[in-house]
Amino acid sequence: MLLDVDGLTKTFATAEGPVAVLRGVSFALDAGQSLALTGESGSGKSTLLHCVAGLEPFDGGAVRIGGADLAGMGEAARAALRRRTVGLVFQQFNLIPSLTAGANLAFQARLAGRHDPAFCAHLAARLGLSGLLDRYPEQLSGGQQQRVAIGRALAARPALLLADEPTGNLDETTGDAVMDLLLDGVAEAGAALLMVTHSMRLAARLGGRLHLAQGRIA
Amino acid sequence: MMRAGMAAILSHWRRHPVQLAMLLAGLMLATALWTGVQAINAEARASYARAAAVLGQDRLERFVAEGAARFDQAAHVALRRAGWPVSPVLEGRIRAGGLRLTVLGVDPLTAPPQSGLAGLAAQGGFLRFITPPGEVLAHPVTAARLTEAALPGGPAIRAAEGVPEGTLIADIGIAQAMLDAPGQVSRLLIAAEVPAGLPDWREIAPGLVREAPEGAGDLARLTDSFHLNLTAFGLLAFAVGLFIVHAAVGLAFEERRGTFRTLRALGLPGGRLAALLAGELLLFAVVAGGAGVVLGWLIAAALLPDVAATLSGLYGAAVPGSVALRAEWVAAGLAIAVAGTLAAGAQALWRIARLPVLAPARPRAWAMAAAGGLRAQAAAAGALAVAAGALAVRGDGVVAGFALIGCLLLAAALALPVALHLALRAAAARVRGVLAEWFVADTRQQVPGLSLSLMALMLALAANVGVATMVASFRATFTGWLDQRLAAELYVTARSPDEGARLASFLAARAEAVLPIVSAEAVLDDAPGQVFGMADHATFRDAWPLIAAAPDVWDRVAAGTGVLVNEQLWRRAGLRLGDPLPLPGGALPVAGVYSDYGNPAGQAILGLADFDRRFPGLPHQAFAVRTADPAGVAEAVTAAFDLPPDRVLDQAAVKRFSLAVFERTFAVTGALNLLTLGVAAVALLASMVTLGAMRLPQLAPVWAAGLTRGRLAALEMARTLMLAALTAVLALPVGLALAWVLLAVVNVQAFGWRLPLHLFPGDWAVLFAAALAAAALAAALPVRRIARLAPADLLRVFAHER
Repeated sequence: MLLDVDGLTKTFATAEGPVAVLRGVSFALDAGQSLALTGESGSGKSTLLHCVAGLEPFDGGAVRIGGADLAGMGEAARAALRRRTVGLVFQQFNLIPSLTAGANLAFQARLAGRHDPAFCAHLAARLGLSGLLDRYPEQLSGGQQQRVAIGRALAARPALLLADEPTGNLDETTGDAVMDLLLDGVAEAGAALLMVTHSMRLAARLGGRLHLAQGRIA
Repeated sequence: MMRAGMAAILSHWRRHPVQLAMLLAGLMLATALWTGVQAINAEARASYARAAAVLGQDRLERFVAEGAARFDQAAHVALRRAGWPVSPVLEGRIRAGGLRLTVLGVDPLTAPPQSGLAGLAAQGGFLRFITPPGEVLAHPVTAARLTEAALPGGPAIRAAEGVPEGTLIADIGIAQAMLDAPGQVSRLLIAAEVPAGLPDWREIAPGLVREAPEGAGDLARLTDSFHLNLTAFGLLAFAVGLFIVHAAVGLAFEERRGTFRTLRALGLPGGRLAALLAGELLLFAVVAGGAGVVLGWLIAAALLPDVAATLSGLYGAAVPGSVALRAEWVAAGLAIAVAGTLAAGAQALWRIARLPVLAPARPRAWAMAAAGGLRAQAAAAGALAVAAGALAVRGDGVVAGFALIGCLLLAAALALPVALHLALRAAAARVRGVLAEWFVADTRQQVPGLSLSLMALMLALAANVGVATMVASFRATFTGWLDQRLAAELYVTARSPDEGARLASFLAARAEAVLPIVSAEAVLDDAPGQVFGMADHATFRDAWPLIAAAPDVWDRVAAGTGVLVNEQLWRRAGLRLGDPLPLPGGALPVAGVYSDYGNPAGQAILGLADFDRRFPGLPHQAFAVRTADPAGVAEAVTAAFDLPPDRVLDQAAVKRFSLAVFERTFAVTGALNLLTLGVAAVALLASMVTLGAMRLPQLAPVWAAGLTRGRLAALEMARTLMLAALTAVLALPVGLALAWVLLAVVNVQAFGWRLPLHLFPGDWAVLFAAALAAAALAAALPVRRIARLAPADLLRVFAHER
């Protein structure tokens, strides 16, 4: 099993007292599988994704990626796991503003020591970015930026790709095109995909769906 | 509407207290350094005015001798007999109890009421004042440092508040004895009301001339350049402080663009919005300016003792060691704080006033705004550099010297971002490795935001290099000069002419050479100066620090056919070798020029025989003694004549004393240097803290991609150190150019001497380390914040609600 989430709990401290965001979430995902994560705003979807990515510590339960439990890892080990195993795509694109599109695309692969210029060129061509690689993020449209972000996540050949509403900031047509590219890329890489989305239409395009409500799988 | 608008604008600061603290700290520090310097200047100038008022020079006309510092008191008697309401004054310098004192002899019976002298003397009864051993009036601080035995003739000392520090007022008869000037007076003060119908004074006293009141007096004129120097430093520190304010105001405005757009969309006119923001700035200026004035007062109080020592050492000016609160600099401090704040915020206010209602609310990185400005900045830097070059070639006077420094520093500051941009662009083309590439690219993006504080750092470093090089060059030159000038092993001064004669014979039997040192006050190039007599001896021929000389200079001086002049007189009078110098007893051609540091007045040296001929009757009381056994001779002289220690000085003691005076003289410069560097560090901290919030979107993706917060923090520290190091490297040539201007232009104009430029790479290394330490200190807090960023804060960057 590539990803095994078991009894995951997470509580945030707020001015009004502790708020339980995840209350014992469990699910599993194997290589090549894809899963949509849906739910109301505030249901804990993004928090679950962040915990799985090792971006946010959790309170209880286990998150195992390739058998390694994130609960027992320090920050450096979690960062290393992210570099080598996890690809991330966010709603806000979050490219590095000081680097060109080409440098952004290759960034994580180079960090992970898996940079393959030919594969990057292939990804750029597949994502329709070949003529845009010398531009800076501020010179790209939203759809172009998100395609760079997808390329960055895939270029490191991650085993697990985590996407948080990757088309949430795009219009429907552009969003559909980006989604096609994401799914094609994941399939080509043989990676697993866990994607947060509000859209039932998009969720239906993935292999399975988990619905979160008040911190639990409904 | 205005109240609601103001509340919305001010709410920003509640959420960004550190940014507010930085803005206020920058303004406070800028005002403090400026105010501190102004307080020092005001105190010194008040003290000169006090001195001038007591001497009566600021209000009363006087008779003085033409071409001589003193004249016979017979002229006074003749004028009084003819009905002229004149009163004699004898002025001279003595050294007693380790102090340089001005002795002012007055006639309490005839002193005009406007002179302020009669009242002083009357305080304790005339009899004690005018009958030997007499009584001297001194400022309480001066009185406390003196003992009666230290003064020639042993007059009683009485403290009197109205007397300036460092001045002794005595009856003229007592003063003549103290100054060894029997029957001599320096000037005759003329009462304000002169009766009509008096005989022409030219016929009664043909050797005299009538002069107008001097206003603030010689000291104010002499010390003007020193105070200009301090003011320039204060202005530099203020400018450095304004960089902080400009950076903080600009970035705060950028961060509030969204708020401004909303306010405009809700119906607040652009002009009103700008007015509200100006009001906000005004509020900050008053609060921080007020605090800065108080801090400036404390700085002035801390620095004034050293400034007083400088003024005393360089000019013999006595300035008290404490600072009084004066309305003039308090008001000036607040005014400059307000003006500076508005100037620093003017650009931002202008932009806000012209902001279209639907302007994008996205915080605009300084990078984008600055990218187009780099070319304009480079052009402005070039123009200023050309102006500096023109001033270096054609400029004249201290003000031109400081204008040259201003152009030079501003050109360098404007050129810095351009130079950093080029250096980083070159680095980007060469570095390999994903982190190194990101590091350089990210640094390039940070430079525009940090450029103002880096400019401040560069100005501070350049000022440090420049002033430290000047002081160290001065020290090296001064030490060498002391070795030349103090060639004799022992310096002995007798208390009276008789003792002088006996001393000369005593020493002649025990030393290899006994060389008399004689001097007289005289007018040189229309200003008070001193003429010395010098024995013809190998001691002087071999070692005297000549900077220009005719081939047979020593023969001509010894023969009385040539005169040596000091560099100050040479430059001021525009003399060339061979030019005649008017002297008491007839002009002589200039045969040589010598360096004479630490003395603002003109000086001339004659052969001893020629001196005695021109100034007959002056006794030989002081001697330079050449001996292989200075300790033994000193002991023998002290035992035989019971001379106090300050009259038997060995060479090492004189050098120690002179160097101590020198070090103290430049202590204030060192303190101001350090403070300016401190302000620059605060500027860097202010920029980094303010930029901190904008850094999150830049750092979060890198963190998400697999870099730890610790690694990011380390890279942030490395970036700051690299930028500080680059700035320091670029500041070095600017600092050396500044040193050259100080040594070759300002010093010549201000003090009358030119010094060679010495290079001190060891000092640069120390300063380089100090710059890195200042940058590391400034970066410590922002870097710590990155290392401890909560993941939730970083994740917010990716979240929809950002």
